[in-house]
Amino acid sequence: MDERVDSPNQAAREGVAAGRTGAGSPVAVHDLTKFYGAVTAVDHISFSLAQGTTVALLGGNGAGKTTTIAMLLGLVMPSSGEVRVFGADMSRNRGSVAHRLNFQSPYVDLPARLTVKQNLTVYAGLYGIGNPAERIAHIALDLQIEELLDRPTGKLSAGQKTRVGLAKALLNAPELLLLDEPTASLDPDTADWIRWKLKHYAESRGATLLFASHNMAEVERLADRVILLDAGRIIEDGTPAQLIETYGKATLEEVFLDVVRGRARERVQRPEDEVLPARKAS
Amino acid sequence: MSAAVAIASGAEPMLLPQSGVRASLRRIGALVVRYIYLLRSSGVRLVELIYWPFLQMLTWGFLQKYLAGTTSPYAQGAGVLIGSVLLWDILFRSKIGFSTTFIEEMWSRNLGNLLTSPLRPFELVAALSLWSVIRLSVSMVPVALAAYFIFGFNLLDLGLPLVAFFVVLVLTSWSLGLISAGVILRYGLGAEELAWSLAFLLLPLCCVYYPVSVLPGWLQVIALALPPTHVFEGMRSILLHHTFDVKELWWALGLNAVYLLGGYLTFSWFLVSARENGTLVQLGE
Repeated sequence: MDERVDSPNQAAREGVAAGRTGAGSPVAVHDLTKFYGAVTAVDHISFSLAQGTTVALLGGNGAGKTTTIAMLLGLVMPSSGEVRVFGADMSRNRGSVAHRLNFQSPYVDLPARLTVKQNLTVYAGLYGIGNPAERIAHIALDLQIEELLDRPTGKLSAGQKTRVGLAKALLNAPELLLLDEPTASLDPDTADWIRWKLKHYAESRGATLLFASHNMAEVERLADRVILLDAGRIIEDGTPAQLIETYGKATLEEVFLDVVRGRARERVQRPEDEVLPARKAS
Repeated sequence: MSAAVAIASGAEPMLLPQSGVRASLRRIGALVVRYIYLLRSSGVRLVELIYWPFLQMLTWGFLQKYLAGTTSPYAQGAGVLIGSVLLWDILFRSKIGFSTTFIEEMWSRNLGNLLTSPLRPFELVAALSLWSVIRLSVSMVPVALAAYFIFGFNLLDLGLPLVAFFVVLVLTSWSLGLISAGVILRYGLGAEELAWSLAFLLLPLCCVYYPVSVLPGWLQVIALALPPTHVFEGMRSILLHHTFDVKELWWALGLNAVYLLGGYLTFSWFLVSARENGTLVQLGE
């Protein structure tokens, strides 16, 4: 590890190292590739996540973030390579570990006609929660949705829906939480509250979080580690502070803009760099 | 806080065993509860379930009444047309119940949540099948009662074979529902029309309103390869000649086993194909 970087969190840096080795990782991705016809959505990526770390998948539109998360969830089958979650091959044996993870995305909804409580009750049944009433009451209190429980889910505001979606995602107290743009379309106040809740959840439970985001402030605030994708390939993997230093920029947003605009070759080359041996020409 | 206190307070979820028959039944039950909630949420849906079969039954019932006044011995057969309508509706409504409930998950963009939960594909199919029968009962029981009170047609006059007819028709509807669901899963809501039209393909072939002998020879072979044809032939035989050939029933059940297996394999194949093509992450589009 690069000790010159003034990391805000030494544990996070150790987490990055552990995640790279894959030893005892809740998530281990090896040489993963996904083709959609002639289009390469994910191109031979390998990474693993250390227990208890919060990792951001960062990249422009079409970089492969959502496809990667979908393969981790078993929603999309890899063209080649392997995804293991808690040791289970997600292409073949998703059912054996599905209760240990959960997922939230703005691209899926809970049934609009059901009340919030009904939706949570159904998912408590699906996840095999033996104390559904107590668990729902606890989650509702924690996420401040008590007053929403008897309202139809479809009548909620975007912020309220996000909190309810998060309640569904936390219902089984997942050891691994996968989030696709967790604060998309939210006002800054609600988004900030959601980030705080996620951070608190991960820290208090020692849970592993993997989230895709375009929001740099969110990534800087939440992530111990950033995996930067471009055209389906991992081009950087490190702590936010490391990436900022690597590219010689002031913020992660500037790093992101460099990458998506193909100016990454201007980055400050580090001799120990092993993630980006060669950049494609802009 | 001790584990027991944490569970009692809901601070910790008490996770039940995830494998085995009981776990499967629990997940199937959870999904059926979701469909009950959905039906309860809308009185219009409940009325709609009864409305169309009721209109259908009225139309054909009055036609039967008119024909009964003519000299045709076939037309005078006790309630053949109403019987045909009611049995056809068992097949059609069960198929629609299966398919629309599945489509509902796509309309509500909930399928991604379901398919990332511990729910197994066969449990989803089992829940859809179970729900199609519940929905069918809600739909058909009042209509069958109305047929009795308005036209004096008692569906129970078909006797014990009625149970077998019901089973054959529902099993066929599940086969069709599985194929529709698979195609929609793979090709998205653009293929939704299939859910509505697939059952109608059977309407002329299954000889709902006329005997198989009416069809040209080559079409009779196709018709007899369809389980519902044996049901409608059997119904006519009971109502017109008061006889019933049990062999017809065994044929129908045997064919159903083949179609049901084919339907499930088709659904599974399309599900794998949807996972390979990434359509599960673009659902609803």
